Amino acid sequence: MSILSLFVVIPVLMLLGLWLSRNLNQVRGVMVAGSTCLLLLSVWLTVTFVQMRGAGNTDAMLFTYSVPWFKPLNIAYSVGVDGISVVMLLLSSIIVFTGTFASWQLKPMTKEYFLWFTLLSTGVYGFFISIDLFTMFVFYEVALIPMYLLIGVWGSGNKEYAAMKLTLMLMGGSALLILGILGIYFFSGADTMNVLEIAAKHNIPVEVQKVFFPFIFIGFGVLGALFPFHTWSPDGHASAPTAVSMLHAGVLMKLGGYGCFRVAMFLLPEAARELSWIFLILTTISVVYGALSACVQTDLKYINAYSSVSHCGLVLFALLMMTRTACTGAILQMLSHGLMTALFFALIGMIYGRTHTRDIRKLGGLMKIMPFLSVGYVIAGLANLGLPGFSGFIAEMTIFVGSFENADTFHRTATIIACTSIVVTAVYILRVVGKILFQKVADPHYETLTDATWDERFSVCCLIFSVAGFGLAPLWASNVIGDAVGPILQNIL
Amino acid sequence: MDYSFVFLILLLPALTFVVLGLAGMKMSHKVAGLIGTTSLGIVTVLSYYTAFCYFTAGRGADGTFATLVPYNFTWLPLGALNFDLGILLDPISVMMLIVISTVSLMVHIYSFGYMHGEKGFQRYYAFLSLFTMSMLGLVVATNIFQMYLFWELVGVSSYLLIGFYYPLHAAVAASKKAFIVTRFADMFFLIGILLFGYYTNSFSFSFAGDIVMGNGAAPFIPVDVVKAVAAGGFIIPTALVLMFIGGAGKSAMFPLHIWLPDAMEGPTPVSALIHAATMVVAGVFQIARMFPLWIEYAPEQMSIVVYVGVFTAFYAAAVACAQSDIKRVLAFSTISQIAFMMVALGVCLPGHEAVLDNHAQLGYMASMFHLFTHAMFKACLFLGAGCIIHAVHSNEMSAMGGLRKYMPVTHITFLISCLAISGIPPFSGFFSKDEIITACFAYSPVVGWIMTGIAAMTAFYMFRLYYGIFWGTENKELHAHHTPHEAPLTMTVPLIILSVITITCGWAVNFGSFVSASGQDYQIHLDTQVAVTSCVIAVISIALATYIYKGEKQPVADMLYRRFPKLHRAAYKRFYMDEVYMFVTHKIIFRLVSTPIAWFDRHVVDGTFDFLAWGANEGGESMRGWQSGDVRHYAVWFLSGAVALTLVLLCI
Repeated sequence: MSILSLFVVIPVLMLLGLWLSRNLNQVRGVMVAGSTCLLLLSVWLTVTFVQMRGAGNTDAMLFTYSVPWFKPLNIAYSVGVDGISVVMLLLSSIIVFTGTFASWQLKPMTKEYFLWFTLLSTGVYGFFISIDLFTMFVFYEVALIPMYLLIGVWGSGNKEYAAMKLTLMLMGGSALLILGILGIYFFSGADTMNVLEIAAKHNIPVEVQKVFFPFIFIGFGVLGALFPFHTWSPDGHASAPTAVSMLHAGVLMKLGGYGCFRVAMFLLPEAARELSWIFLILTTISVVYGALSACVQTDLKYINAYSSVSHCGLVLFALLMMTRTACTGAILQMLSHGLMTALFFALIGMIYGRTHTRDIRKLGGLMKIMPFLSVGYVIAGLANLGLPGFSGFIAEMTIFVGSFENADTFHRTATIIACTSIVVTAVYILRVVGKILFQKVADPHYETLTDATWDERFSVCCLIFSVAGFGLAPLWASNVIGDAVGPILQNIL
Repeated sequence: MDYSFVFLILLLPALTFVVLGLAGMKMSHKVAGLIGTTSLGIVTVLSYYTAFCYFTAGRGADGTFATLVPYNFTWLPLGALNFDLGILLDPISVMMLIVISTVSLMVHIYSFGYMHGEKGFQRYYAFLSLFTMSMLGLVVATNIFQMYLFWELVGVSSYLLIGFYYPLHAAVAASKKAFIVTRFADMFFLIGILLFGYYTNSFSFSFAGDIVMGNGAAPFIPVDVVKAVAAGGFIIPTALVLMFIGGAGKSAMFPLHIWLPDAMEGPTPVSALIHAATMVVAGVFQIARMFPLWIEYAPEQMSIVVYVGVFTAFYAAAVACAQSDIKRVLAFSTISQIAFMMVALGVCLPGHEAVLDNHAQLGYMASMFHLFTHAMFKACLFLGAGCIIHAVHSNEMSAMGGLRKYMPVTHITFLISCLAISGIPPFSGFFSKDEIITACFAYSPVVGWIMTGIAAMTAFYMFRLYYGIFWGTENKELHAHHTPHEAPLTMTVPLIILSVITITCGWAVNFGSFVSASGQDYQIHLDTQVAVTSCVIAVISIALATYIYKGEKQPVADMLYRRFPKLHRAAYKRFYMDEVYMFVTHKIIFRLVSTPIAWFDRHVVDGTFDFLAWGANEGGESMRGWQSGDVRHYAVWFLSGAVALTLVLLCI
């Protein structure tokens, strides 16, 4: 039994605990205890992982463990982590932990809400630890389905429509995925579902790869907000409750980028090399298009959703650049965007909870009324536009330097176009900050509103601390990720 | 000499920022201000000590000061390259330490009085510390990427401080504009860095201090340029020009200058520190830092710097003549003076020789010298303007006039600085500006004469400002309920200190002994012909300004205004540059790009998916009728199906 299984066992125990709990305090108790355990576990895992790597352990995956699950199809419950999964697990734990506090006051049906929330995180954790294609897919589905209920029941605005749209589009992606997974399985000899073993065999004919690469890349790309399959994101985020937005933009969208890298590019390397140009065009469009769209939105969550399209586009963009530096940057960007967006959505949720509007035309002068939330919002905004000292800067710089390592005109042009997004990002962030936080108080009713409560403060502070922590001391994360990216890219180049 | 203490110069303001940022609101104004000022005082002492040790350590065998790197560590690995953070000490960075810490300390002290009782006093000091830390980090950068990092940080401190009075719409708009315009320029800077880093395999300033010198000596710049040269000779010039665009954004060169006048919405001491003395010269500093590469690899492209500089200097001086807001006049004068420094750097290369002779390196020294003197007298002017605004509660010249009786200290220090900026000996501006003009004449007589003309305009508009504030008609109406009074000691002492520096620093020391292009001792010689010419012209301009603006009534000014209303209006409106920008950003980018994209996203991309969903739904609806639940229906279908299938089977 590997220690990694705890990442699934703890949430399952939490589910049990939630099911048994009688009142709100017990629910909260279970959530806090569970998410704290998960956070400590992932911190411990990160430290141990770094130590083991430092001690010279160069296995592709550490803490590996495998039990056969369904023999006829060679499906096994196989787990293992490399540097990429370790930081993703850390990210997930931070978001689940802070998300718990961000939904502290949530009503009604708190217990049910947390049940689905925990189920969702089970899927996320399971996805990041598994190295078996089918197990990965199962956890992926476990993570997607609760979203439908979480948005449909606890959401706001046009929630039924948004929930339906999000679920259908992501399910459409899943349909492509399962086809791709089966394709990989059968054409690699139909004797294993283990990612590492398939990669080591490296025996899928190039023509076949070229057929299945788009299936997998688009399948995961839908979740990673790949243009033009990103439209679930604005509606979905706008309608989702705070913690769900956090978890969704913060972690779930990372499943897309992670999958594209771990499955599509790792297992179908030749196709990745040959077809990357098509997707590179799409992601370059994503980056600029998302940023430009965000400039004219009026709903805070829409702005952030489009900003996510732009930033997640940058993740896929960097992956497709296929240099070690760029891919390291992509993973750093996943980490950084996860934390920053979670912070943003948390703050937007808290502001919305008070003002009951997210329309920036109706907001104004919040700095005077809720200084804590507003300062948090300014920090989140500055982090988002890539201010040095926050994680966004290191991720973007790594990506741009890495992308520039491709010296041909096509890649250069794409890189320079993507660079323009740093200006557009500044435009939409400062536009919002200037409108809603500064200037005169827009509505006299706002004068009576209160600033953040302790649970909200705690949640926001944790996130700011993480964003600044990664931004100030990026060396270890960059090294851990870089070591993990290397072997995967070796397969491609 | 052990320079390991220099990290404190960066660490102390950073810590102060964190302490004031987190705990500031719990402190009284006094405590917060004292923490900020004390920490900056220590930084200043350390900077002076560093400079003292550095310059007294003596020169090496080649006659230059050693380039020291007390700290340098890898912050972020970027593939083959590294993003390092460290501290580099060479003559220009040490000189900048002096400039920044001096002006910043003056501003810290001054702000005690100026910001007295303001809401957000602690926040103000926190941001000042943040800015000082970033600016110091920028000048001691060991590599171009570190410079970019701190470049962004000074940008954001500037954003936060311009928007200090955040309830005011104008301040918010100005801060946004400043950030976005400079960000736009920074994008080019970043691309330049990427290009440079990729082809030279290094971001490092390892070439700092190595300038080709002597008569035809072989160039010796230790940068791996094999890849760059292999890729074509245009690579390094392109990278340098891109970086220059970044520098032009920060240094408010035309056409990226539009943010600086608006940035005057910030508190006045901030304008003195950030938008006059330190941050806006970052672009000049950047070119000075990359100077060895410019003259070695991009001598032709240096003329771009010259042209941009000359045009900006002229444009800003012309606009300054027509502004009525005293801070705006000073802002345009700052733009014009920074352009002088740019021009001075650009004219370093007469002809197209790759080797600098003793005469040609004059421009570099003159630029740095002017940077130094300008920082002091412009800070003094801005702080003086702050005292005046403090006294009359308005930025407009119409609210002033005749203030010399009420504010003697401000008056005298302001006059000294005006004389300095106009280039009257023995004030510091005379010496530095004279060197610049001499260098321009050596480059080309046309540029020389143009710059002399702009220097004359400088003298004219500065004295227009001076007379408008301290002489002329007193605004009796305004002063009736509120008699202007001299500012408190905390505000006047910095003025006095800065004006003493302005009086002495031109002649008391030989600047060339500290900073020069080659690093060797460089004796400044006044070119008598140029000096006399520019002096005479400056005096004439001042006399003209006196004639037009000194009196209670200003018949000549009114006549000119009536005669050329369009010209005056155009200059007052800054030749409509802001309108052009508004048109491009709002009408084109927002209306013609962003809005259609957002529409496209909602209606075309999303519409397609909605259409697919609708299609599936409709398809389902249409098939729904088949499941009628009516047995007779099913029987008919069953029978006809069975018959059809039988027929098909029989046929086969």
